[in-house]
Amino acid sequence: MSHLMFHYHGQDFVARASGALFWPAQDTLIVADLHLGKSERLARRGGALLPPFETRATLERVLAELDATGAAHLICLGDSFDDDLACAELDTELALICGRTQVTWISGNHDPAPVALPGFQVPGVTLNGLHLRHIAAQGPDISGHYHPKLRVAGQRIAAFLIGHEHLILPAFGHYTGGLDWDDAALRALVPEGRAILTGTKAQMVPLPLPQLRKRRLR
Amino acid sequence: MLDKRASADLPAPLARWFAAQGWAPHAHQCAMLAASGDTLLIAPTGGGKTLAGFLPTLAAACDGVPDGLHTLYVSPLKALTHDIGRNLARPVADLGLSLRIEDRTGDTSATRRARQRVDPPHILLTTPESLALMLSYPEAPRIFSNLRRVVIDEIHALAESKRGDQLMLGLARLRSLAPDVQVAGLSATVENPHALTRFMGGAEILQAEPGPDPDIAILPITRAPPWSGAGGAYAARDVMAAIERARLTLVFINTRAQAELFFQALWAVNDANLPIGLHHGSLARDQRRRVEAAMASGDLRAVVATGSLDLGLDWGDVDLVIQIGAPRNVKRLVQRIGRANHRYDTPSRARLVPANRFEVLECMAALQAVEARELDSDGRDLRGGLDVLCQHIATVACAGPLDADQLFTEVTRAGPYAGLPRAQFDACLDFVATGGYALRAYDRWQRLVQKNGLWHLRDPRAARDIRMNIGTIVAPELLSVRRGPRGGAPLGEIEESFAASLSPGDTFLIGGQTVRYDRLRDMVVEVTPQPTRQPKIAVFNGLKMATSTELSARVLALIGDQTAWQALPESTRDWLALQARIATLPRPGTMTCESFARGGQWYFALYSFAGRNANQTLGLLLTHRMEGAGLAPLGFVATDYALLIWSLEPVRDPAPLLDPDGLRDGMDDWLAGNAVMKRTFRAVATVAGLIQRNLPGGRKSGKQATFSSDILYDTLRKFDPDHLLLQITRAESMRGLADFGRIEEMLRTRPQIVHSMPPHVTPFAAPLMLEAGRIPIRASGAAQLLEEEAAQMMREAGLQLDPGCGI
Repeated sequence: MSHLMFHYHGQDFVARASGALFWPAQDTLIVADLHLGKSERLARRGGALLPPFETRATLERVLAELDATGAAHLICLGDSFDDDLACAELDTELALICGRTQVTWISGNHDPAPVALPGFQVPGVTLNGLHLRHIAAQGPDISGHYHPKLRVAGQRIAAFLIGHEHLILPAFGHYTGGLDWDDAALRALVPEGRAILTGTKAQMVPLPLPQLRKRRLR
Repeated sequence: MLDKRASADLPAPLARWFAAQGWAPHAHQCAMLAASGDTLLIAPTGGGKTLAGFLPTLAAACDGVPDGLHTLYVSPLKALTHDIGRNLARPVADLGLSLRIEDRTGDTSATRRARQRVDPPHILLTTPESLALMLSYPEAPRIFSNLRRVVIDEIHALAESKRGDQLMLGLARLRSLAPDVQVAGLSATVENPHALTRFMGGAEILQAEPGPDPDIAILPITRAPPWSGAGGAYAARDVMAAIERARLTLVFINTRAQAELFFQALWAVNDANLPIGLHHGSLARDQRRRVEAAMASGDLRAVVATGSLDLGLDWGDVDLVIQIGAPRNVKRLVQRIGRANHRYDTPSRARLVPANRFEVLECMAALQAVEARELDSDGRDLRGGLDVLCQHIATVACAGPLDADQLFTEVTRAGPYAGLPRAQFDACLDFVATGGYALRAYDRWQRLVQKNGLWHLRDPRAARDIRMNIGTIVAPELLSVRRGPRGGAPLGEIEESFAASLSPGDTFLIGGQTVRYDRLRDMVVEVTPQPTRQPKIAVFNGLKMATSTELSARVLALIGDQTAWQALPESTRDWLALQARIATLPRPGTMTCESFARGGQWYFALYSFAGRNANQTLGLLLTHRMEGAGLAPLGFVATDYALLIWSLEPVRDPAPLLDPDGLRDGMDDWLAGNAVMKRTFRAVATVAGLIQRNLPGGRKSGKQATFSSDILYDTLRKFDPDHLLLQITRAESMRGLADFGRIEEMLRTRPQIVHSMPPHVTPFAAPLMLEAGRIPIRASGAAQLLEEEAAQMMREAGLQLDPGCGI
């Protein structure tokens, strides 16, 4: 079982091990913080020349998730492009995705006003009483922005955070760091609830994390 | 050692000065003065090496004050440049020379550095990193145009790391800017001086007389050492007694954390209230400087120090060196002994304090080696790193447009790059210019662009980034520790990984005091002093020290030779007997190993005594087989003596694991994906400039600021497996690993496997459990552990998995 179904405000969702969220009732796949074109932006500003493969790697994963879920719609929760210029340079890659799915681009702090893109561009959408936006605000909402991570079993793992009013997605992009749930900003939004760890398998843990006793040998 | 004839060659003012001190110059000092070309001076500590290096400068200054920067002195340690400046000031003042001497390191203020660029001193004392930075300025040709001498101190130490590669590239640059420059390398005694001259790009060897044999022994200690641990606190009273009897004692200990703890232990038994200082690299600069000054002025009776006070420092009247813990390699031991009694003709006094019973053996073996005058062989391959070359090319480009052919010729004049093929140089240039990716992605955004045959920085802003990231020391990320919220007094630095393991309320030691962790804010660790409390968390990881292979062979011989046990303390003999009773004593020619359980995991310890590289390689090979056998390995650590692997399932039969046949099958992916390789990649990518340690405007906290170098590594492996940085990473990782063929042969020649399953941790395994430098294995074991923990957390919180858990 590499994916996990859960409820949030009366709706069924599937947390994918990849970090994408599938909403079966809406036939929609939701991803956050793709940060496409990040290496390009750094290079343009005279910074490090990072391996320029992250856009391809990220889009390949989006396509794989679309294949696996068969979703008809894709909603990107902002910061899809590392900046507006990056967005302009990615025509061919984007055509691949937009050619097969109806895409809704929610704007983020990195891409406040994307140039002409196939699909809808909106500051946010409301579906079945849930607000989909980049940064968590008046709940109940589904958002991204923070790149949440959790430390479990000595590893630092990207995770979905599920609180009473906020469902926050991990970053889906390839070259993205993260913010630990312990950070005051995230704790204030989701002081308690649960999290779903991503990676090879989606696994649920409670928030805050309980202290564990030592493992016993079999 | 005194040579009357030679002293006749001194210029008159210098000869009078020597006479006024009641000294006569050593023969090697005069030889240095007479030399017309580049030289490598090999002299024991206390042989007046540094003065020898500066004599030609002083002699020249007697004939008239030079115009502009005349002599550049480079040392591996900031503290050393400071110290040399002080020592040099005296003869310069006595001789009435109007020479300006200044140091320039990372600690030098920005105003002073700016002034030095416009108006350099006559003698500049600096480090390899600061030199590289100076060479990156457009003014470099003017600053160095009148340079006549370069003195490189402790060159044997520099040659052991990438800092040496960087310095030799800088030196090649200096030779282009000032073709008449004369270079003097100063070195402690080394096994192979010719390798060092090749490193320098050729030099005449000047060999000083060796000093007298050191007076070195194990400090008699009233209590028996513990089984494991590295702190040496059990010996605090005896060390204190030795300090009371000496004039000034240097107490060396291997890591910063241990220095903290030992300082506290000493303080607790300092009944006579003697002034004692603490000196290590995590302390704030002001605090370090205060200790250095107090030591120089004779106000201290002892200093507890790590490597930050190591190499060649010439402070005060140290007459006793105490080494806590095993000296790890003989060369280091000999250098540390050199601290005591800085006079050429009297023997140095040093005492060793083994921190645990295993180290008793190690100390005994080290004493035998010193007595036999057997130094460790000079291990490092002196071929220059290509990552360092990438950084150098970027640095040179900051100074101005560069010509590829000229730069290639210049680079090959540096010893470590003498045999560099043009194709490799071009690959490095291409990496700096375009990133060097198979996909030509950055045509418009190259870092370097070619105009009229010369390479320019496309965006001049890039120069600032490049300068901020100069250097080849890739240390773990350090966080500054401050007292109280908002800008309290800085207490020192701790590693980020250590900070991440702290919870509010935890107490730990820093700067000799116990503090409580309050919070992490803007990458500053805020703490509150808790003077009355014992630290709850005592350790943070320090440096990983490698023992030499020679030393480990001596240790095994000691264990195997029961007649030699007579020389051991009774507690150590009992301890060896206990190991023999509950497990097995390793014998030469066998593979002795044991499996035991502890703390929810199984441990497998293999005592090969084959050296760290071989054990590290065995660690990779055996964990691969264990993964295949479903034993779920979680990680391993390799020392010179042994390999320790921990796993979820026990090794009950080691024979199939140690079968030499088919050992390499399926190893390729395991090798490429392991943490050893990723750790190397992080260092290589940082030096080469792909990962920037310092960004303008300082580091932002958390989100999006950093992502792991592992992601870059995996991305490159997938999309561009032949990329230059991966080639460098593979080559460098292999330096830290033994040849597979050698491992197979070892397993074939030692077919007798002796395995035991003791009921608990054994005497020999105990110190391994505390060893730093653990390599995690991210495979089925880690996944299983994660799954178990997640499920257990849900149970403890009284929760069940969905769909019953809707909010």
